[in-house]
Amino acid sequence: MSAVVIETNTAVPQPTTPWKQTRRNQIVSASTVAASVVIAVVIVLLTGLAGVDGWALTFLIVSLLVTAARAFKVDAKVRKEMFVSVAIFGTAALAFTPWMSIFASVVMKGARGFQPNFFVGDMRTTIPDDELNLGGAGHAIVGSIMMVLNATIITLPLGILSGVYLTEVRGRLTFLVRFVVQSMSGVPSIVAGLFIYVTFVNYTNSFSGLAGSFALAILMLPTVARTAEEVLKLVPDDLRSASYALGARQWRTSLLVVLPTVRSGLTTAAILGVARVIGETAPLLLTSLSSNSYVFNPLGGPISSLPTYVFGLLQIGTENATNRAWTGALVLMLLVFALFTTARFIGGKDRR
Amino acid sequence: MEMLKQEEIKMSQESQTNVMMMENDQDQRTAFRGLEAKNLHAWFGKHHVLSDISLRFPERTVTGLIGPSGCGKSTFIRLLNRMHEFIPSAAMAGQVLQNGEDIYATDVDAAAVRLKIGMVFQKPNPFPAMNIRENVLSGIKLAHLKVADHDSIVENCLTRAGLWKEVKDRLNATGGSLSGGQQQRLCIARSLAVEPSVLLMDEPCSALDPGSTLRIEETIKELAEKIAVVIVTHNMQQAARVSDFCAFFLTDDGPGYLVEADATKKLFTNPSDTRTADYVQGKFG
Repeated sequence: MSAVVIETNTAVPQPTTPWKQTRRNQIVSASTVAASVVIAVVIVLLTGLAGVDGWALTFLIVSLLVTAARAFKVDAKVRKEMFVSVAIFGTAALAFTPWMSIFASVVMKGARGFQPNFFVGDMRTTIPDDELNLGGAGHAIVGSIMMVLNATIITLPLGILSGVYLTEVRGRLTFLVRFVVQSMSGVPSIVAGLFIYVTFVNYTNSFSGLAGSFALAILMLPTVARTAEEVLKLVPDDLRSASYALGARQWRTSLLVVLPTVRSGLTTAAILGVARVIGETAPLLLTSLSSNSYVFNPLGGPISSLPTYVFGLLQIGTENATNRAWTGALVLMLLVFALFTTARFIGGKDRR
Repeated sequence: MEMLKQEEIKMSQESQTNVMMMENDQDQRTAFRGLEAKNLHAWFGKHHVLSDISLRFPERTVTGLIGPSGCGKSTFIRLLNRMHEFIPSAAMAGQVLQNGEDIYATDVDAAAVRLKIGMVFQKPNPFPAMNIRENVLSGIKLAHLKVADHDSIVENCLTRAGLWKEVKDRLNATGGSLSGGQQQRLCIARSLAVEPSVLLMDEPCSALDPGSTLRIEETIKELAEKIAVVIVTHNMQQAARVSDFCAFFLTDDGPGYLVEADATKKLFTNPSDTRTADYVQGKFG
């Protein structure tokens, strides 16, 4: 028998994952973090350092100190690695803090008015100063969703088509189209509102949801078109060649091969477009204005939206009005979150 | 050796009039059945990459194109189904005739030409947004063909590409879930679904393992019972195994040109040009 043959073992061994941390190490790490949290909380409570920022800063310092304490026991290489990872996690958390801070204050201040009636009621028979269990922002939520959806319906085909023109067709006007799209993304949002005001609102002689959708569409289009272009650029030329070699024409190649390949990327384009406009206030003040009751007809006169609802109530400035405004901001944030989740779900992941 | 013997038998069955070198045949009454390149040249910008290639690809034969890298083989076969024109700076001269009709004539629809003259690429490229079944049927959908029985096409094409047994239970899986060799056979099945009369293959096995290569070579031989196959390959053994005729391309720092084209057996055993002899014996290239 040759020396290299290892004795065969017919029993199937237990599957193991030696590259992962052992249970003991995991417990040690977790308890270190927990201990740091407790120490940070205690320090914050004792010294009166207030707010999320102070808490995060304290946690970072405590983590560094704990790491330093643990580092005495290990050799230099591991010690270096420990410090670097704590520093990276810490600074990432620090960069995350402003966002967390905004989110936390919106949630805390908006929670007071976050009641069922906020989602169904309107302000027809309620004055802003009334108790928070009266009235609501249902009309503004419906208005916002309607206008943004209409704007998306207008923009998505246009934006995707311009992306297709820029990457697939590459016609003579490519340079011009790209230039216009880039210039459009720099247009101040109020200019878009003003444009629709002098054209559409003046013409129909009334503020309306459709006018608001048009203004939002102007702002969405460059974002969607540019994202679509970037996404389409990533489609390998192999696939186009394969399609042409099967006797396909250009438009069928774009429609049946290229676009389906980047479905999730195009969903991202739509999401970025919605994110760009859902919080816009200025153009809506010039186009859809606001109302105190439900309006379902896009051409049925002024229509409320969450940003203008928040804006209007903040202008009044009394305690309950301000509270309603905060809840409006919170609902707007949750709405964006819900829209994104839905879009991801519908758009799915690329199957590749 | 066994391979070569089979080759020999096949070769003797072929009519000796199917000589590939294009001679002057102006007085030929009936048009040549198959694909024919007449004095083809190609340029990229001012760069002359292919010079005066005349070759015939008769129906029901396999033709191997061999030669060192950069001698214009790929450019040549891309000229044969009008894929050359997708490169912005590309230009060409000469004629490509299919059954006597010039595919570059002004009134000819390039998409219709590519439908009749299919192509398999070096890198397997199944459509990622489609499953296996949809990939096979993609050509029919893309070219807007009307077909009654989709299921039988899927089964027939996958069988001819030697993939049916492996994938028949998972036709709804994505093309990307297959191995490289299976993906390439899926691409072959895809190009068969539109029933081309010529299939061009640009180094179809260069990224594959020997097992997959063997499967694809068997597929090529089966295909040659019905259609003309043109295969570019860097693998001499492969050219000797699968092709009935072979054409040897070369370049001397200028445009690529055709050194010699003949029945594969003759080209490999008794070539008329010493450069061919050197190349097939592996002395250069």
